[in-house]
Amino acid sequence: MNSKNIAPDIISSSILDVDAIRADFPILRQKIHGKPLVYLDNAATAQKPEQVIKTLDNYYREYNANIHRGIHTLSQKATEAYEGARVKVQHFINASSIKEIIFVRGTTEGINLVAQSYGRTRLKRGDEIIISEMEHHSNIVPWQLLCEQTGAVLKVIPMNDAGELIMEEFEKLLGKKTRLVSVGHISNALGTINPIEKIIKMSHAYNAVALIDGAQAAPHMAIDVQALDCDFYAFSGHKLFGPTGIGVVYGKQSLLEDMPPYQGGGDMIKMVTLEKTLFNDLPYKFEAGTPHIAGVIGLGAAIDYVSDIGLENIAAYEHGLTDYAISAASGVTGLKLIGTARDKASILSFIMDGIHPHDIGTILDQEGIAIRTGHHCAMPVMEHFHVPATARASFAFYNKREEVDQLMTALEKCKEVFK
Amino acid sequence: MFDLKDLYQEVIVDHNRSPRNFGKMDNADRVAEGFNPICGDRLNLYLKLDDGRIADVSFDGSGCAISTASASLMTDELKGKSIVEAETMFNNFHQLLTDDKPHDIQRVEHLGKLAALLGVKHYPTRVKCATLCWHTLHSALEDNKTPVSTE
Ligand SMILES: Cc1ncc(COP(=O)(O)O)c(C=O)c1O
Repeated sequence: MNSKNIAPDIISSSILDVDAIRADFPILRQKIHGKPLVYLDNAATAQKPEQVIKTLDNYYREYNANIHRGIHTLSQKATEAYEGARVKVQHFINASSIKEIIFVRGTTEGINLVAQSYGRTRLKRGDEIIISEMEHHSNIVPWQLLCEQTGAVLKVIPMNDAGELIMEEFEKLLGKKTRLVSVGHISNALGTINPIEKIIKMSHAYNAVALIDGAQAAPHMAIDVQALDCDFYAFSGHKLFGPTGIGVVYGKQSLLEDMPPYQGGGDMIKMVTLEKTLFNDLPYKFEAGTPHIAGVIGLGAAIDYVSDIGLENIAAYEHGLTDYAISAASGVTGLKLIGTARDKASILSFIMDGIHPHDIGTILDQEGIAIRTGHHCAMPVMEHFHVPATARASFAFYNKREEVDQLMTALEKCKEVFK
Repeated sequence: MFDLKDLYQEVIVDHNRSPRNFGKMDNADRVAEGFNPICGDRLNLYLKLDDGRIADVSFDGSGCAISTASASLMTDELKGKSIVEAETMFNNFHQLLTDDKPHDIQRVEHLGKLAALLGVKHYPTRVKCATLCWHTLHSALEDNKTPVSTE
């Protein structure tokens, strides 16, 4: 057969052996209310493959020990695994050095670290920080706190009704006072993929540093922080098929070197007297106290897992799945998509005529389908679209077209209930 | 096994589609605001009092079917009731929805039409939707100025 004759959607649905992949996720075998679980809440948190679960189990069973301090065998093993995971993260986002990889609790803590350590020492009254209208609360509130502390001013890039940033408005906001720009790579409420390369370049043209909230991007596309040339990049392990409570903030070494520690404690020091402390080198300067050792090692296993499948394959497969879902949704009368950006990933946010998202969520749950309903920690986005909430289905590479079909059938059922 | 029909009973679907006593009251004696921050439900309750009785009551805002129907049913039941009776209804309703014991028949009978909401009990995440209007009422009766939040 001539490959040119195969429809693109057929090609993209066969990129991955989804059945084999699903077999790696024990939770997906579950029934909810007697129906097979259809898990479409991946943007909130993703499920964990056996490989990650076993890695965690193995750590606690075989070599649990504190790191960086013991000379005994278990401590060495744990330290090796912990630092090995750091190298995995470095390669995963193509950072130039392990010194640029700082383990934190998640995206939220990563952004707070930059706001407090970088922002608080560098920004003064009247300086400007730019975020966007579609940010998650975790990329809004840390900056509001910083503004209160320093007298800096927060500016917001508006979006259009498709849920795309208005770049001309961004250009106008940039100026001599701009110190920092922080935007999401992919919006969790809309699915929009933002033109971050351009945003980073434009920020640099005004000597502002750029932080990218990669919470929703890391699970869906290959990240290359050197190619992007971003100054900071934050993401969460739990959305990347890894454990909760662990995440990463990447920072350019030159910036991190000059930043004061975020928290004080053990592990982040070289020497302490009661008068003075000599801080440790990067990245340890930013990792005070016993870290989430199991979490880091589990994150390493998650990165191995997605890297084996290949982020390019994942992106291509999910692109096909998202397109399929968008076109299926357009066949459901009374359904309106919220977020129709040209560049969109893995997220279907919608409302339905006369049916509140919360009721949709309950009815779908009875069908075994897990979606998220509410404001998705992005209340300004809800305000823009004049809705109190949306229903959101979000996909991962283990989701199938059959599941999209089940979702659409269940949405028809919602209409039945409220007929 | 609880069916969706136990939750979305005819009465609830009806009161959601055409809520009674819906709209702002211009000459209200008491106004209270309620929020459910998790789902974004927002409710304003308006009361007209006359000598310890609820002479008139209305509500507006936006919410899910359960919260809209609950507010609609509540306002219907409240008209003409004394403040003491209204507080008793609140306690009654709240207890039936939140305690684990099997329903006390007398109490259920006391609820009248509100009994249609008892199916919510089997959907723990939705109990707050049904009780939001009642908490807001409670706050209005106490003349609290701070908005009620379910969280
Ligand atoms: C775009 C975005 N940013 C930040 C976060 C916060 O991530 P975490 O709660 O893991 O810190 C999320 C999580 O929902 C998100 O979707």
